[in-house]
Amino acid sequence: MAVVFEKPKALADITFHYCPGCTHGIIHRLVAEVIDEMGIEGETIGVCPVGCSVMAYDYFNCDMIEAAHGRAPAVATGVKRTNPDKFVFTYQGDGDLAAIGTAETVHAATRGENIVVIFVNNTTYGMTGGQMAPTTLPGQITQTTPYGRDPELAGYPVRVCEMLATLSGTALAQRVAVNSVPHIREAKKAIKKAFENQRDKKGFSIVEVLSTCPTNWGLSPVDALKRLEDEMIPYYPLGVYKDTNAFPPKEAE
Amino acid sequence: MERNLMKGNEALAEAAIRAGCKCFFGYPITPQTEISAYLAKRFRQAGGVFLQAESEIAAINMVLGAASTGVRAMTSSSSPGISLKSEGISYIAGSDLPCVIINVQRGGPGLGGIQPSQADYWQATKALGHGDFQLLVFAPSSVQEMVDTVTKAFDLADEYRMPAMILADGLLGQMMEPVTFPEISAKQIDKPWAANGHGNKREHNIINSLFLQPDVLEKSVRDRFERYAEIKEKHAEAELYMTDDAEVVVTAYGATARVAKSAVNMAREQGIKAGLIRPVTLWPFPVKQINEGSKNAHTLLCVEMSMGQMIDDVKLAINCSKPVEFLGRTGGVIPKPSEVFEEIKRLAGGAK
Amino acid sequence: MAKITVNFEKCKGCALCTTACPKKIVELQKEKRNRKGYFTAVCIDDSQCIGCAMCATMCPDCAITVEK
Repeated sequence: MAVVFEKPKALADITFHYCPGCTHGIIHRLVAEVIDEMGIEGETIGVCPVGCSVMAYDYFNCDMIEAAHGRAPAVATGVKRTNPDKFVFTYQGDGDLAAIGTAETVHAATRGENIVVIFVNNTTYGMTGGQMAPTTLPGQITQTTPYGRDPELAGYPVRVCEMLATLSGTALAQRVAVNSVPHIREAKKAIKKAFENQRDKKGFSIVEVLSTCPTNWGLSPVDALKRLEDEMIPYYPLGVYKDTNAFPPKEAE
Repeated sequence: MERNLMKGNEALAEAAIRAGCKCFFGYPITPQTEISAYLAKRFRQAGGVFLQAESEIAAINMVLGAASTGVRAMTSSSSPGISLKSEGISYIAGSDLPCVIINVQRGGPGLGGIQPSQADYWQATKALGHGDFQLLVFAPSSVQEMVDTVTKAFDLADEYRMPAMILADGLLGQMMEPVTFPEISAKQIDKPWAANGHGNKREHNIINSLFLQPDVLEKSVRDRFERYAEIKEKHAEAELYMTDDAEVVVTAYGATARVAKSAVNMAREQGIKAGLIRPVTLWPFPVKQINEGSKNAHTLLCVEMSMGQMIDDVKLAINCSKPVEFLGRTGGVIPKPSEVFEEIKRLAGGAK
Repeated sequence: MAKITVNFEKCKGCALCTTACPKKIVELQKEKRNRKGYFTAVCIDDSQCIGCAMCATMCPDCAITVEK
């Protein structure tokens, strides 16, 4: 018998600090698998966010930089501009990317920074104990929306892929999920396409991954997968929002 | 050697390129924008990265990213913009990264004004962000000295793995003076810690300021403070002017020191034994030089373009052993030599 | 002929793998807790394992190795 599935080499052989059933681990693995398949661990620099995945620098075996909350796209810009032949990715949660770091995200995209952004959307601030995120769904109960998110008071969720797809610098904006094996396989293809875009100097590629937070949602890990399917996907439809490989931009750039 | 008439801001920018700076990330703000404009043009020829960021916050984090990979990185701003950068500066210090930050100070607080000021002394030397840390702070007082300081700032930043600030002001940034650019051999400092891709040849490097274990965090801060102690010992600098027999000693830095020097000369013409101590480094503060230069003084006079910030460090330097008087203008008003002279004369007990 | 190996200490007993197995042969055992206190996943019938790696694909902790 031969090994047909094991931990990718780009991931360190340590136990993640994530809660049981938290899908961050799946997303880490997919990124590491792509790095392995492309053979680029030695040329890759990752940038971590502030949030649950803050300690991802211990998990990825490539060189890693820890950014301030929301600033990962700016840090990645500094890395990539001075090291254009290296692969640079950020790994960010919804609060990091779509609240405190919105300006850095939008401007890295519109500049067409040739980086990969892995955006983990689990509709909550996990690290601080489950407060409202920019992607928290209307009606969703969190620590800071104890009566459910009321758009009258707290506004509406941000749909990041839809927003970034409008920008000329965005090469790829795709939303995927990790709540089932078929979705996970699709997610991996999207992440690989994003890294290949960077290799081919296509510009800014973002893969939004719908993810779970069983602990702060107050659900079992298995029920959390179901909530992702039943509540998140209808609000955040999966799919390709922009892909310049498939649909070249109309305007001359 | 080539001699050019250059604006302070542009001279700073040219000096950075010659010091081996490979990238600049900035955001426009008066009165320092010429630095960005000059580098936008020159980096194309000299080989380097210029990028106008979406904010000061993004700019300093781009510096963090570039510095993480081991290249010489710089940003510049003026007072309100430096406040925005303070988050990133704290992270840079906490991650032990070298870089150079220029503050061409203007009046504050808030939006303040756009005229010269020295009201960011406390910010630069005591509290440029949260946490226990220091920056190297240089205070040149002429365009030529700004040029010479840039290389030193990059070299020491690399050597001690910490951010360095050049604390200029709107006067120095905007004035034109003749400058020469000396042949510079920027130090080549090995950076085995850089996160620039391990190439499968070493363990992965992590650039980070997060230490959740209190004892580990304490150790990282203490290690940094050991380096600070060495810097205080080796790199504090001041210019002493006519201090040997001086009874009234003026302390002033940057552009204000030029005004103070004129006032000291006026006093000397009147037979008043006045002198000047000009701190060249504000952190580390030149404690020994302050004591040496004021040993025969009965009174010190601190002159600043603020309501009095460096004066605290002067008093501490001499342990309050002598009276330290203050003369300051703020809000963008530059003190006149005659104002300073009158104060020296008063403190000396009148003309001799 | 195929088999899965669950890393006893890495498994957090989240049961996501149990939802993925097409043969319904991955379950949480109820006899022994690991050092973190979790009942871990096991294959209850090696003879039926087809080595599809769906359980491992679903595992958030890289705790499952698959051989075929």
